[in-house]
Amino acid sequence: MSEPRAANRDFAIGFVVVALAGVLAPAIGLYPVFVMKALCFALFACAFNLLLGYAGLLSFGHAVFFASAGYALGQSLKVWGWPTELGILFAVAASAALGALLGMLAIRRQGIYFAMVTLALAQMVYFFFLETKFTGGEDGLQGIPRGKLLGVVGLENDTVLYYFILAVFLAALLLIYRIVTSPFGQVLKAIRENEARALSLGYDIERYKLLAFILSAGLTGLAGACKALVVGFETLTDAAWQMSGEVVLMTLIGGVGTLFGPVIGAFAIVGLQDQLADRVGSWVQVILGVMFVVCVLGFRRGIVGELGAWLERRRQPRRPGS
Amino acid sequence: MSEFILETRGLTRAFKGFVAVSGVDLRVRTGHIHALIGPNGAGKTTVFNLLTKFLIPTDGQILFDGIDITAEHPAQVARRGVVRSFQISAVFPHLSVRDNVRIGLQRKLGTSFQFWRSARSLDRLNEEADGLLEAVGLRAQAEELTVNLPYGSKRALELATTLALDPRLMLLDEPTQGMGREDVSRVTELIRKVAADRTVLMVEHNMNVVAGLCDVITVLQRGQVLAEGPYDRVAADPRVVEAYMGSSDAVLEGHHG
Ligand SMILES: Nc1ncnc2c1ncn2[C@@H]1O[C@H](COP(=O)(O)OP(=O)(O)O)[C@@H](O)[C@H]1O
Ligand SMILES: [Mg+2]
Repeated sequence: MSEPRAANRDFAIGFVVVALAGVLAPAIGLYPVFVMKALCFALFACAFNLLLGYAGLLSFGHAVFFASAGYALGQSLKVWGWPTELGILFAVAASAALGALLGMLAIRRQGIYFAMVTLALAQMVYFFFLETKFTGGEDGLQGIPRGKLLGVVGLENDTVLYYFILAVFLAALLLIYRIVTSPFGQVLKAIRENEARALSLGYDIERYKLLAFILSAGLTGLAGACKALVVGFETLTDAAWQMSGEVVLMTLIGGVGTLFGPVIGAFAIVGLQDQLADRVGSWVQVILGVMFVVCVLGFRRGIVGELGAWLERRRQPRRPGS
Repeated sequence: MSEFILETRGLTRAFKGFVAVSGVDLRVRTGHIHALIGPNGAGKTTVFNLLTKFLIPTDGQILFDGIDITAEHPAQVARRGVVRSFQISAVFPHLSVRDNVRIGLQRKLGTSFQFWRSARSLDRLNEEADGLLEAVGLRAQAEELTVNLPYGSKRALELATTLALDPRLMLLDEPTQGMGREDVSRVTELIRKVAADRTVLMVEHNMNVVAGLCDVITVLQRGQVLAEGPYDRVAADPRVVEAYMGSSDAVLEGHHG
């Protein structure tokens, strides 16, 4: 079977599994708010992976896109009284715009320098959020109303909100799949594989990277807006560099450059934090650190990557003489 | 169309005081296969990097088809029709062989920024891609992952991808390096064939290839042009023989510098 067709089928299977699990999660007694939060982080990780896994760019400042969308949502719903869907669109646009700005400044740098520049720029945005008024500084932006969808469907009910968030998540997953399997996605992969060669074939690689950065920031904003809608507040925690680190970890554990790896990585980390926070306190950070090291040293491909490689080995029994 | 598709005037590049390319005046006649030869470290790859704007010249001018392209960017120069290959094979290892060629073909569709469109829209390039693969003898491997190809095949694939752009001027940096005898003759034939309606400037160490293929040879030594002319005249030049073999008694033939 040809590569793309096999990849197509794998995605379809994965998508159905994730959608079914999502629909059934509340029925098997999982707490909806927990699953919603995890879905938001899963989308965050997928958006981050779009950049790292498919464009080969390691951003170390993605938390600010996550947080800026939360603040934008809070501002538009709470202060301006906008309808929910408009607030979400505004939040996505705000993150994408911030992505365009930071992207333009960072994209010319390569490798570790790119990561350092994104970190530095993100820290500047962090201090802006700390000092400026509408974010509520240290206190955060509290009491964001969930509002009504299209003016009719009230989202205060957790179950209703749950299915809304799930629908947004699944739609975003489809969009990401489309992006990585588009003509644009092909060029992105070429740039990741061999930048000089892509350049010599006439592609303005910086423009492609910038578009990838903006798309990634916008999708991260979608995740951030959803998360703020779920918990009803936005604080500086979401903008801090630790949050940028967490999304790197989620993506690595799940599998960089795989479509579902970040989803699994996010659920693993959010679940772990949820289970362990009461029992071991701040040791959670140490445990995450150890997982990070183990992943980097032993399981470069992450959970989904290792699984995929194992399946691939089983699918192709050793051919004689090869 | 100009008589000379490519012309450099006083092309110079220094690295922190070390002058790798020094005052090179190169004129490549339209339609020719032009060889750039010289010992290792002579500055051949640096010249290629300058011509394709991967490096910025310290001094001098580059004219393509009479137009000054000295200030242009690499992607711009490529879109003008100056397409290079690399000394170390440059492929996209984790794309299929066909997808490698399609990357070269797809830009002309003008849809390369369209992230909302299915990559299936690129399938109409398959026939053309397979034709190019056929030409380099890789048609049967079209669906394979490029990373699994042997070295010689990767170089052939690189050539197919370069051809996908239908370049007016092809810059080939040691296209037969690391190839077995069979691959060398196939690639030589291919270059001869594709050069029928375009210009080729190539760096090549294999003197049999140069002798059989090239119209003009420029010899570079320590960043400067040492000699220029048809093979017989250049090969007989004692300075060239000395530069290559360290002694003017030796005969210039099929060897690495
Ligand atoms: N980026 C660079 N920085 C410093 N020195 C370089 C660089 N690129 C090439 N050089 C030097 O320039 C000289 C010419 O190199 P090169 O053009 O690769 O030679 P050739 O291709 O003829 O073997 C060499 O001495 C090499 O070390
Ligand atoms: Mg060289």
